[in-house]
Formats: sequence, C-alpha cells, structure tokens
Amino acid sequence: MTTVLALSGISKRFGDIIANENISIALRKGEILALLGENGAGKTTLMSILFGHYTADSGTVRVDDVELPSGKPRAAIRAGVGMVHQHFSLAPNLTVLNNVMTGTEKLWSFKSDTAAARTKLLGISQRFGLSVNPDARLGDLSVGEQQRVEILRALYNDARILILDEPTAVLTNIEAERLFSTLKEMAKQGLSLIFISHKLDEVMAAADRIVVLRGGKVAAERRVGETSKAELAELMVGHRVTRPIRDAATPGAVALEATGVTVRRGGVDRLKDISFRLCEGEILGIIGVSGNGQAVLSHLVSGLAEPSIGNIRLFGEPLANLGVRALIESGIGRIPEDRNNEGAIGEMAIWENTVLERIWTPAFSKYGLVNRKAGIAFAQRIIGEFDVRGGRPTSRTRLLSGGNMQKLILGRNLHVRPRILIAAQPTRGLDEGAVAAIHARILEARKQGTAVLLISEDLDEVIGLADRIQAIVKGRLSPPVAAETADPRMLGLMMAGEWLQSEEAGHAS
Amino acid sequence: MMALFDILASAGLWAAVLRIATPLIFGTLGAVLCERSGVLNLGIEGIMTFGAMVGWLTVYNGADLWTGMLVAALAGAVFGLMHALLSVTLGLSQHVTGLGITLFASSLSYFLFRLNVPLASTPPTIVPFKPVSIPGLSDLPFFGQAIFTQTMPTYLAILTAIVMSYVIFRMPLGLAIRMTGENPHAAEAQGINPVRIRYSAIMAGSALMGMGGAFLTLSAFNSFFPTMVQGRGWICIALVVFASWRPGRALLGALLFAFFDAFQLRLQPVLGDRVPYQIFLMIPYILSIAALALVARRAKVPQALMQAYRRGER
Amino acid sequence: MRLERRAHRPLFLVLVSPLIAVAAALAIAGILIAMAGAPVLEAYWRIVTGAFGTRLAATETFTRATPLILTGLAAAVAFRARVWNIGAEGQFYVGAITVAALGSSTLAALPGPLLIPTLFAAGALAGMLLMLLPLWLRLRFSVDEVVTSLLLNFVAVLFVSLLVEGVLKDPLAFGWPQSLPVSERALLPKLIMRSRLHIGLAVAVAAAIIVHLLQSRTVFGLRTRAAGLSPAGAAFAGVPLGLTLVKVACLSGGLAGLAGAIEVMGVKGYVTTDLSPGYGYSGIIVAMLANLHPVGVIAAAVFTAAMFVGADGMSRALGIPTYIADVIVSLSLLTMLVALFFTQYRIRR
Repeated sequence: MTTVLALSGISKRFGDIIANENISIALRKGEILALLGENGAGKTTLMSILFGHYTADSGTVRVDDVELPSGKPRAAIRAGVGMVHQHFSLAPNLTVLNNVMTGTEKLWSFKSDTAAARTKLLGISQRFGLSVNPDARLGDLSVGEQQRVEILRALYNDARILILDEPTAVLTNIEAERLFSTLKEMAKQGLSLIFISHKLDEVMAAADRIVVLRGGKVAAERRVGETSKAELAELMVGHRVTRPIRDAATPGAVALEATGVTVRRGGVDRLKDISFRLCEGEILGIIGVSGNGQAVLSHLVSGLAEPSIGNIRLFGEPLANLGVRALIESGIGRIPEDRNNEGAIGEMAIWENTVLERIWTPAFSKYGLVNRKAGIAFAQRIIGEFDVRGGRPTSRTRLLSGGNMQKLILGRNLHVRPRILIAAQPTRGLDEGAVAAIHARILEARKQGTAVLLISEDLDEVIGLADRIQAIVKGRLSPPVAAETADPRMLGLMMAGEWLQSEEAGHAS
Repeated sequence: MMALFDILASAGLWAAVLRIATPLIFGTLGAVLCERSGVLNLGIEGIMTFGAMVGWLTVYNGADLWTGMLVAALAGAVFGLMHALLSVTLGLSQHVTGLGITLFASSLSYFLFRLNVPLASTPPTIVPFKPVSIPGLSDLPFFGQAIFTQTMPTYLAILTAIVMSYVIFRMPLGLAIRMTGENPHAAEAQGINPVRIRYSAIMAGSALMGMGGAFLTLSAFNSFFPTMVQGRGWICIALVVFASWRPGRALLGALLFAFFDAFQLRLQPVLGDRVPYQIFLMIPYILSIAALALVARRAKVPQALMQAYRRGER
Repeated sequence: MRLERRAHRPLFLVLVSPLIAVAAALAIAGILIAMAGAPVLEAYWRIVTGAFGTRLAATETFTRATPLILTGLAAAVAFRARVWNIGAEGQFYVGAITVAALGSSTLAALPGPLLIPTLFAAGALAGMLLMLLPLWLRLRFSVDEVVTSLLLNFVAVLFVSLLVEGVLKDPLAFGWPQSLPVSERALLPKLIMRSRLHIGLAVAVAAAIIVHLLQSRTVFGLRTRAAGLSPAGAAFAGVPLGLTLVKVACLSGGLAGLAGAIEVMGVKGYVTTDLSPGYGYSGIIVAMLANLHPVGVIAAAVFTAAMFVGADGMSRALGIPTYIADVIVSLSLLTMLVALFFTQYRIRR
C-alpha cells in the first residue's frame, strides 16, 4: 500500500503550552486511521497544521511525497486534502450549493457555472449515498445534514484524503453508525481517511489503524485487530487519576421539581414537556448528545429562561419569579455550561467575578457602594480553599487556565453552601487533575446534603457521579434510571432516543 | 388635493428624484459592498465629504469632470485602505474606526479646501456635468423629461447597481465576498483569503462613496461648502439595512427615499405658510429611523458583520 | 511577522499611549502645515501660546474645555457599556434650547439658588429623553443605535432652528434667528472676573469626579462594566441588562444635555443654531483620548480646547486654515486607537 500522506516531526507551541511535540504519522491509501486522544491531547492542533490553519514551529507535511507549504489551506485543498470541521465551516445564510462552491472557481471568472456545479454535486452525492438538496438554505438543515454538506464539499474539491474532526460529537448513535458506513464505503472506493475521536467504541468499530496521542506526543500505534478497548484506554489516559468513589445515596426531601415544563423561544419548543425531581443529597445526571436542549435546560434552572408552560417548585413552593437573583436568594448555586462567556468575564478582576452574582448582599455592598475589601477577602478565601492557581484577587480573570477558572466558579458557589447546585458541563475541556478535583468537590457537596443537577455530555462523568440518570433528546427528558442498573449500552440507547420512539408509538396506538 | 396631483404629475419631480437619489445610490452601494464582506464602514460621511471636496478641487484646478470623479474615487479608496488597516489588520472596533475616519476625512476636506480656496463671500464655482439627452428616449412625452435628461454620473450610478448585483450574486468573486461576510473562517477553509477580500471590498466600496460625494459638487451643485453632505452618509447606512444588503433593493430604496425628499421639496411652497420648513427638512432623517425600526428585526444581517477576523483565533 | 496578545497590559504603556498618539498626530499634521508653506515648529509654538500664553487665552481655553469635558464624559460612560451614543451633539442642543425656553419664561422668577439647579436638571433631562429613543429602538427592535443617534443630531438641530425662528425667536435680535435670552439671574457666576470663564468648569470637573466614583465604587459601575464587557456573563450573574443600559443612556444623554445647558447659561445667554462647533462629535475624540477614563477626560478636553483656541491665533498669523485644529484632533483619535492596540498586542517575528 502506498503512503499518501506523511506528517513528520511536527511540533507546535502556543506560548508556554506545547500542543504538538515531534509527531510523525503516515496514512496509506484506502485506509481509515483513527487519531485517538483525550481533550487537549493535541489532535485538533495537529490536523489544523496539516490543513494549513496553523503554521507548525517545525516539521513537514507531505502529500504523495510532495511537501505542502505551511499555513496555506488552499495548497492543502489543491493537493487533495479535505477537512470536515468539528464546528462546521459553513455559512448558515447561504444555500448548500453556494457553500459547496465557495472558492472552487477562479475569483475573477465572469460567471459562476452553477449548472455544472449542481451536476457534479448531485453526482457525488449519489456515488456515496449522501443525499442533499442543493438549494436548501444551510441554516434550515439538521446538524447531521450540515455535516453531510461538509463532507460533500470536501469531496467536491476532489479530496482523496479526508480528515474528520470529532465527527460524531454532534450526532446521535444512529446518525453516527450511518456516517461510519459511509466512511467505509469511501475507503473502499480508494479514499484515505483520518478521523479524530476520543471515543473507544467508535475507533474500534470504524478504523483500520489507530494512533494514540497523549500530551501532544504519539503514545502508541496499533492495528485494530491487535488491540483492545482496555489497552487503548490505558494508552490514551496514561495512568488515570482514579475517579472518586461514591458513598451510597441518602436522598432527603425534594429540592427541585419540574412538572411538564415547556420552554418556547422564537416559536420553537426548545424544551418540551419535561419533568424531573431532584432530592437533597443526591446527584441527578442529565446525559445527551450536545445540542439537544442542554443549554436551555441549564438556563431554565439558572434563572435565565422561564417556562412557557408548566411549573417549577423549589422545596415544594412554586417559584413565581424565576430571576437569577431570586434563585440565588433561595440557595441555588450555578455552574454555567460556557465558563468563558457566562461563568466569568475575562477582563474583570478575579474578585469582581467572585462577587458579581451576589453583589446585592449586604456583605458586599451598602447603599449601592461596593465593599471592595470584603470582595477581595472573599476571593482570597476561595483561592485558598479551592486551590485556584495563577492569580491574585486583583488580577484579570482571563489569565487563569480553564481548570482554575472552573475551580473559582465552583468555589464561589460552594463556599456559601448552596442547597441546590446546578452543574452544566462542569469539566468540559479540563485536564485530568482539575477534573478529579472538581468531581471530589461535587461529591463532597452531595454528602453534605446539597441536591446536584449534573448536566453533562461526558458519559463517564455521569456514570461516575450520578445516582439517577435521565437523557435529554430533542428537548425532551427520558424517565429516570438508577445509575447502578445502567450499563453503557442502555445509556447509549437512551441518548439515541429509543424511549421517545416507544413513547410516540404508545401515543399513536 | 389638486396641488398634490400637480406635483406628482410634473416631470420635474421625477427628474429631481433621480438627481437626489444618485449620491445615495453610490453611497449605499459602497456601504453594501463593505458590509457584505463583514465590515461596517461608518467612514462614509467623511469619505463623501472628501470626495465632494477633492472632486470639485480637481476640476476647479483645470482638470475635466471625469478626472474629478476619478480622483474622488481614488481618494475614497485611500480612506478605505486606512479603514481596513485599522479594522481588519488590527481588528479594532469598526464603530470607532469608522467615526474616526469620518471626523478625520471631513476636517481634512475643510482644511484642504480652505487652503486652496481663500474665504470669499460667494464661493467659486465650476461648470458641472450637463444633462445628457438620449436620442429617441429623451423625446418621449413626460418620461423623456422625467427620466432621460440626467447627467452621466446618474446613469453610471444605476449601471453600477446592476453590475454590483451581478457581481455579488452571479460571480465567484461575489460568492467569496458573501462567504467572508457570513463566516470568514469558512471562507479561509475553502482557500479564500478573507483579509484580502475585506481589504478589496472596503477600498472599492469607499471609492463608490467618494464618487457619491463628488456627484454633489460636480453635478447636483457647482461649488463646495463645509457640511454640504448633511448626513447623507448616515442615511445610506440606514438604506443598506432597508435594502437587506442587496444592490438592486439599494437602488430602489434610494429612489424611494429620494422620491419622498423631492416630494417634500415641492410641497414646501404649497404648505410653507402653515408648516415650518424645518419639519420638511426633518423628514428624511425621521424616515430613515422609521425604516430601520421597521426592517431591523427581519433583516438578514451578514453573520460576521462587525466581527474582527484573526487567523487561528476563533 | 504577526500580532500576539500581551498577557499583561503594562500600566506604563497605557499611561503614555495618549502622549505618543498626540505626538504622532502632531507629526502627521506637521506635514500638512509644511505643505501649506508655514514653519511647523513656529506654528505649534503659536498654538501653545495662543492657548495658554496670556491670562485671557488660558481662560478662553478652559471656557472652551467646559462643554468638552461634559460631552467627553457622555461618550466615555456610554462607550464603556458599549452603548454607542454618537448623538451628544443633538442632546447638547436640546439641553440648550430647553434651558433657553424655561430660563426666559415665568419660571425664571424662581429664587436664584433654586433656579440654576432647576435649569441644569431640565437641560439634562432633555438630553436623556433624546438618548432614550435610540436605546429603546435598540432594545425593542435591535436597531443599531449608532445610526439612529447620529440621525437624531440632524433632527435636533432642525428642531432648535424651528424654535429659534418661531416661538422662541428673540424679537430684539434685528431679525437674526436666535432665541430669547435667559433671565440674567439664570446666568452662571464667573469663576474669574473679566473673563468668560464661569463656574460651569467647576461643575464639569465635579461631574468627572462623580462619574469616576460611580464607575469605580458603586454597584451600578460594576454592573455597567460587566454589561459592556460581556452581556452574556453579566446576564448570568443576574445583572439586569436592559435596565443597566437605560441607566447608562440616561447618564450619557444627561451629561450631554447638561453641557448644552451650561453653555447657554455660562457663555451666550441665548441659543443659535451654531451654538456648538461640534462639541458633541469632539466629545467622542475626548473620550477616546482619555481611554474612556472620566478623570482623563478632563485632560483630554483641555488638550482639545487648547488646539481649537490656539489654532485661531496661529491661523491669523501664519495664514493656515483654522481647520488644522480639527485635523490634529481627529488624527489623534486615529493614532490613539493604534496606540491603545499596542498596549494590548505586540509584534512578534
């Protein structure tokens, strides 16, 4: 088998962080290579270098034994490399055909040949079984269809090498399976593929060969037949920091209860008829593929969205006013899903971010005047107690690393002993050390009787922490299952919306 | 009632509509081009002022009228380049950059004008563009007088709208500009250089703004005086939204707007004794604000408008 | 070569950046002066002496700086919360005409200590109301307030013109379109005898200090800053975004309206349509030169006023158009933008 793509000795640093260190990988014709690694292992950086989004500090990329100039996406496209991005590089306001055609013709040619482009696109879509309507506005398509457009666009550019960055992150199980059979068909027709993933099941199912990245270096290379999930897991994580062990649950009174809640925004039901019940001293985990309504759910219980139908009870009392302040006053602590945009304001001082959400309390302000001293002292206590490193109370918050920023956010909530904690994606993008610290804190809060609502896309995290689990699919919540009885297969089916289908069937009959 | 009908039926009104619309067409098209690539160009008011001044000054110093237009366009492009350096390369706030360019370009116009033309009680004049009659068409009853007796730049403005519409919706270049305004990262992933596209769009757009200004001194009037642009640039910015970033609708919007303006000018003598003239003069500005409020909610804004683009930063 | 974001923003650079910006603007404008055939250094020296050389010149500079401090503050407080109030010019005029209307009416019979504060409040209120319209359009219809506040400037000036040629016209002004004069008791006391400098300057400086304290010490200031830096972050922390923006708009419009009121009561005594030589627009420059810091606004306003006052004399002596002052000031806005950028980024090879 001929080598079509060779990366050799790629290194890249961002400031003090080493993203890639001396990485060499070869891709052969007609094979599917999986690039396996945890968040922050350097997978996406490596692929961005290959595609020319970033310039490597050293190392070369060769396609068919010809070196690609660095930092030029156009050269990569011309050499036959196509990329399917994790966050799609598409324009929602343009049509599918326009999205696919962009950049394929000479800028100054007098007329776009849309007829020829349409024919070519439909031809490709038939050949690989990727059906699509060329004239649909991209923004009107589902996420799975948009990904199909990204793949089609790469193929339209005559890609022989296709790189897919976390292609299943936004898909349901069924869509993912369909994607993998498409990929296998492509490989059979002579295309070479790299897909990036941190999910063991899918690399075992779809790849021929697996390269494991850890800490920016190649940790190992295996053929699928010669390895196991257990070995890959170990290679990927190195020696894993052990996940905390839970004590048995001793749930108390009902703390937070939603009955038949629908949230409508812009004419669309973002959450539909959801119900859950959260008790003191337990962790209720909400799992689901991203983009299924988690953001609205966390906004709902954080006081940023109101139910259009249905009601929410707090300790048995119906909540009339669902504002942020009202929720904080009644003892809800909140960790937002998007810590950089919502959890903290980067340009403000650490102490300001620590006290902003309770600045109205007499401890931090009187007669509208801010008690700066008290704020700084409060921030100092949290920094000490929650081991926040990299900043003093008066330094800018954006200087903190993700993990430390998250500890700060967790700290400002737990320090005042909330009765309920809403934790949305609490460890997304964090390194193992920070993950372990945050998990330990959440379990400790549970032990002290806090009711925790854990909304997470990380299945391992939910299995490790939660007492009961519900899945969110298309804005609806599944019935809860006990964590002890849940196996990954069952949870996978829940996330794929099996219960929804049976529910709908039930309604129909 | 009769008076209203007389106004509407006079060919003079419709001729005035086209004349009043011309600078707005140039300006709005220029702004459309900038915004399609993702850059709000608030330099427009100053660039139009500078175009008016430099175009006039060129002709005053002996050059012919078209050279004046060309110089105004080039000057506009230079200010566009300045805008692009600040808003694209450095990624500074497009609001503040644009206002800065407007303040700078207008004060520079006044300075250069006063430097070359000393203060006099009556401002010096040039011989402006003459109306061009189109053989055959100009002899048509009513329409001939109403539409086909404009100066060349007016025809050029209408032609520009058609050409730009073609470029944006039919040429690969236009698709590249639209993609850059919607998602510059996607454009880059497809091998398009968003920085180069934005530079070109801002410079070309600013050149059109300069020509719009020059029309005022080379065709509509025959002299230059400070503050003569009178907020036309800001009206163009409002018209862009009203036209939902489409060159064809920009043309229509400018004409519609000019119609109201020409109409109120002719209404003034009729109602002048009952309604103060200031009320009439306010109408264009109030109309623009109302138009913005009307369409802003439904507007399909280019998604990357006012977002700085830096490579490798998301 | 590429740009890299600095981890820290060196305080030293932030402090000298306005100086560097002004120096760069003067250097560029120097080319224009040289092109006009005048000696550059002498021209600048004449601007300095023209602005500060005599007692009269200095008082004139500070008189001119007074409205600029207020319009500069108006822009600074708004921009900090990302409310793009470009309508200070219009707000200045409605503030002025409101004072002229009330100050020439029977209301002027109020006792002196009550009259002046009442008129201040009325002028500020008029400015506020004018700014609330663009903000309402933004909150209700998501219309960019830049364009609407700009367009309202023209409406406001026409409105003033309508009044000074109509109901408020002074019959004793030989047909000139100017408003009735405000009562003599509504005129501001002089700060220095035999000059035009009035206590309005003290009011403006006090306003700058109050705004500074508001921003640095109060819950309102903290929330405003949060709302400006990150609307999503502020909303999550329970900052009422709409209300905060309304408060900011009121403060900003009020300051610009107050500027108009003070200009009428301190300098002219009546309103014409050329009362302001673009104070509203210059306020934007003042605010940017001050890096949106309220106390810095005072210095920036004095610099801007000095340019305008000094350029008058220099212009007469050397035959250079006075517009050179506008050129220098607007250039400093652009150079300041660049200078501020390099306090945040550095060039890496």
